[in-house]
Amino acid sequence: MIGLEHYLTVAGALFVIGIFGLFLNRKNVIIILMSIELMLLAVNINLVAFSTHMGDLVGQVFTLFVLTVAAAEAAIGLAILVCFFRNRGTIAVEDINMMKG
Amino acid sequence: MTPPDFAFYLFAVLVVAAGLFTVIARNPVHSVLWLILAFLSSAGLFVLMGAEFVAMLLIIVYVGAVAVLFLFVVMMLDVDFTSLKAEMTKYMPIALLIGVVILMQLGIVFGVWQTSDIAADNVAAATERFGGASNTQAIGQLIYDDYLLLFQLAGLILLVAMIGAIVLTLRHRTDVKRQNVVSQIMRDPKASMALKDVKSGQGLQ
Repeated sequence: MIGLEHYLTVAGALFVIGIFGLFLNRKNVIIILMSIELMLLAVNINLVAFSTHMGDLVGQVFTLFVLTVAAAEAAIGLAILVCFFRNRGTIAVEDINMMKG
Repeated sequence: MTPPDFAFYLFAVLVVAAGLFTVIARNPVHSVLWLILAFLSSAGLFVLMGAEFVAMLLIIVYVGAVAVLFLFVVMMLDVDFTSLKAEMTKYMPIALLIGVVILMQLGIVFGVWQTSDIAADNVAAATERFGGASNTQAIGQLIYDDYLLLFQLAGLILLVAMIGAIVLTLRHRTDVKRQNVVSQIMRDPKASMALKDVKSGQGLQ
């Protein structure tokens, strides 16, 4: 029988993979954004798993809002990336230090 | 093993494997495709849990919009990704270390975790409250009745994000001829056209 623990294990593994990708692809902002999406997906799996386990629908409503914020974050992040690429011709993270005082 | 159990293990393995390949793939386009697979399989997990609405939302919003946005940007930016990937092995030890540490922390939390006795009393919107309504109907009632303000605020966030993305990426090129509608409409026939009385046998100067 598949219970809450199984889903939490999957979500935990996915979250750790997201963090792993964050540190593995230090130079590539696109993959970093994708890793953040993976971490948000893991959070969503957690929320839905607890929601169905407790019989409380608010968890799924909250998933809706996490999804909204994730979509907005991806759009803005990629827009900033396109803007940065136009100005500098590269997307290497180490070059993003123009604003340091 | 019953069919739902089999489906769970299939989707779970697919989610984790696709997530891993998203992170370690050499080609960013492949990364995006693995990300799409991860989203699709987690939508399968949501269906197994009985959250159909969120599952469909995941497919429509993530696979239909966010992943395609990633795909567009990856293909639009002409970046030399091989040089970016070359130093991946350099960061592998520290990434593995941090990953293992956080995995162990999650394992410790998982080992001592137990449900509170009063957790069942804190249920805000019990599934039973909606009678025999389907998952989508129940969530609809919830967001349009109880969480209307938050729902509107979510729409506002999306609006602000849309305007922000447009403002960030909009640029006016100076070397492109553009149509000026106002000057076209305001054009005066007297200023742009002259009637001349041409005498026969003579041309215009």
